[in-house]
Amino acid sequence: MSITQSSASLFSTTEEKEGTFNARYSLWIKEALDELPHSFTITDPFISGHPIVFASPGFLKMTGYSREEVIGRNGRAFQGPKTNRRSIMEIREAIREERPVQVSILNYRKSGSPFWMLFHMIPVFGNDDGRVIHFVAVQVPISGQKMRNGSGCSEMVFGSCRREVCLGSFVHQERALPVECDEQELENWEHCEASESEKLKSAEAVGSVLSVLTRYSEFAGRLVCGKRNCLRGADCLSSSLVISLGRIKQSFVLTNPCLPDMPIVYASDAFLTLTGYKRHEVLGQNCRFLSGVDTDSSVLYEMKECILKGQPCTVQILNYRKDKSTFWNLLHISPVRNASGKTAYFVGVQMEASCKDIESKELRPEPRQLSVVGAVRVAVRSSFMATC
Amino acid sequence: MLKIKRVPTVVSNYQKDESSADVSVGCGRNCLGACCLNGARLPLYSCKKLETSGEKVVVNNEAREPPVAFLESLVLGEWEDRFQRGLFRYDVTACETKVIPGKYGFVAQLNEGRHLKKRPTEFRVDKVLQSFDGNKFNFTKVGQEELLFQFEAGEDDEAQFFPCMPLDAENSPSVVAINVSPIEYGHVLLIPRVLDCLPQRIDHKSLLLALHMASEAANPYFRLGYNSLGAFATINHLHFQAYYLAMPFPLEKASSKKMITTDNGVKISELLNYPVRGLLFEGGNSMQYLSDTVSDTCVCLQNNNIPFNILISDCGRQIFLMPQCYAEKQALGEVSPEVLETQVNPAVWEISGHMVLKRKEDYEGATEEKAWRLLAEASLSEERFKEVNDLIFEAIGCSNQEGKLEGTKVHQQNTNGSVNQTSNRSHGTASECLVLQ
Repeated sequence: MSITQSSASLFSTTEEKEGTFNARYSLWIKEALDELPHSFTITDPFISGHPIVFASPGFLKMTGYSREEVIGRNGRAFQGPKTNRRSIMEIREAIREERPVQVSILNYRKSGSPFWMLFHMIPVFGNDDGRVIHFVAVQVPISGQKMRNGSGCSEMVFGSCRREVCLGSFVHQERALPVECDEQELENWEHCEASESEKLKSAEAVGSVLSVLTRYSEFAGRLVCGKRNCLRGADCLSSSLVISLGRIKQSFVLTNPCLPDMPIVYASDAFLTLTGYKRHEVLGQNCRFLSGVDTDSSVLYEMKECILKGQPCTVQILNYRKDKSTFWNLLHISPVRNASGKTAYFVGVQMEASCKDIESKELRPEPRQLSVVGAVRVAVRSSFMATC
Repeated sequence: MLKIKRVPTVVSNYQKDESSADVSVGCGRNCLGACCLNGARLPLYSCKKLETSGEKVVVNNEAREPPVAFLESLVLGEWEDRFQRGLFRYDVTACETKVIPGKYGFVAQLNEGRHLKKRPTEFRVDKVLQSFDGNKFNFTKVGQEELLFQFEAGEDDEAQFFPCMPLDAENSPSVVAINVSPIEYGHVLLIPRVLDCLPQRIDHKSLLLALHMASEAANPYFRLGYNSLGAFATINHLHFQAYYLAMPFPLEKASSKKMITTDNGVKISELLNYPVRGLLFEGGNSMQYLSDTVSDTCVCLQNNNIPFNILISDCGRQIFLMPQCYAEKQALGEVSPEVLETQVNPAVWEISGHMVLKRKEDYEGATEEKAWRLLAEASLSEERFKEVNDLIFEAIGCSNQEGKLEGTKVHQQNTNGSVNQTSNRSHGTASECLVLQ
């Protein structure tokens, strides 16, 4: 019943995740990034789970993790029970709205010890297509000279003893030596305001990382930049929609009926596994490549009729994988509307059947398929940007 | 006696006019009455036991990383099934929706089909506690096809699912049903112990069940809401509402100022810079403590006849409580005419910032300022809010930090198995070292 299958995703190894990062940039990008002294991570919203694809040595030292333990994790992994929920929401919303954010937040090291840091994140856009390629997040440990209670309220300032944040082996440049700190205290702080110099430091770090990425993307002929230079194409989904869709662990595609020949604009990892194709081979193509010699054309006709009428339909169709092998596909298709109320996509959910079910005249979608449709409807409907 | 006239929202296809005598005959409608219950089956979802916040989240524990959670796929999958079967009064995804430009991001929806063009019926608005009336529409009269699954608070470390469980009156099942006039895709009703016919009032066990559901859904965009009588509850049969909206509610973005922390670690804050005055409850040494503190508060409000709305947010970690007085104002003719004209009743979703508008001109002309003005009409005044807070803090056994610092005499309110908080000590913030500057 569950659509959360434990099947391995395509990008299960560290190498593969780093590989997609390397695909965008010219050689030696990782070495160049490794030379930067700052703590930062780079994430890819187009990989399911929005994982980290690069972590700087500074980050690894600060958190106590090894590279293998970090690549492939989502940034949430470093939060803990006392991390302020409001800060978590601010970061989540900045990602959803594809904009920068700078917020103080409590994180946890591998050892379990908490520390406050200034989290500064920016989106990185493709210069040619305007979509978000990565998010770059810089982490600057903060010492917290002043504690403030709650957010947006400066009337009550609690006088307190100064606390220096104990940074382990990574020493903040402006503080001489790590001072003994009370971890319990850190977790109880409502908020920890970063100083002006700490904020400047984060901006500087972000700038450095962006510079390196820009330079190396230019060499590779696929420039990235810090600002969106053109409107995202109609065939390109927002990163927040892609992140939402990436949470659905089932084979499905989204096609756009408003574009010529109704191309695929999204394909889940499970679809690629099922059919044997790579993502770039299917995006932009009409689904007919899945049909072949023995595919029943009356079924294709039935599907076409339903699509024209804007109605859901369920069919059994013989499909072909990339390697030419065939499988019976219990396919459920349904129109999906976006916030305007009009049909923006069609979703197609595939289920491999062991053999053709010749008995039932009236085909019904499996519960798992309906779950996918429901999750897609929520994701598509909600993917309208805030105008503020 | 104060009354207002309004058209009640139709939440079930079997809900008729309040005015027509709804005497149920041996029905053949497949309802939940004794006539149809025998042999009825409905899937049962038994959720995992609530974690205590003492547990540190271990980074290497991959199981915590949520893929689309099981409950989410169950709710959405079953909802889609009913959607395709045509059980809803309209296709809510065909209703245009937008975020109103401004600081808060109020969400407006143009939905002409949600509200019937029928004669409004009378609602008594000055009694928050009213007895259950079996003659009126209630959830035992819904058709079984409108039910999605049974839901219970489990005791195990893992959730369990039973696809074909009998609906047995002896187990006092709680059910999740569709709302046939949805405000968004996936809009459902959680009806605790449906066959027990509880009236619309908060009790400890039911609120805890609602928190279980929020926690189990494991998605911060899935919220639960509650309207008391007098705060635009349509049906006097205990129920919560829930749906997904993948963006923050303005209410969730409002800043807050901490007032106190209870002995059980529940932090209570006052909302700031929001049109409706309210409280935010969070933390607590366990979710049970958080739930019980809120329940105690609701019981106090109910006993004092103060209508209120509740929003359960952030997977059950944050609970917003807003006392309100819009209906009372409306009955007394004190609401401004332009606000009344929109016919928007400020129930929990509206107060949270999600406005469903009936008229195109209201939708086209929606502004943050107008939304603010509408919601401000529902808010208690500053003075009245402070009075209510004093009542609340006394009831839950805490002294208001701003006010009295000496020990407060505590007396127990309605005990429905509530957590005991009797003490004659002065309560207050135990955790911080407090030097006001």
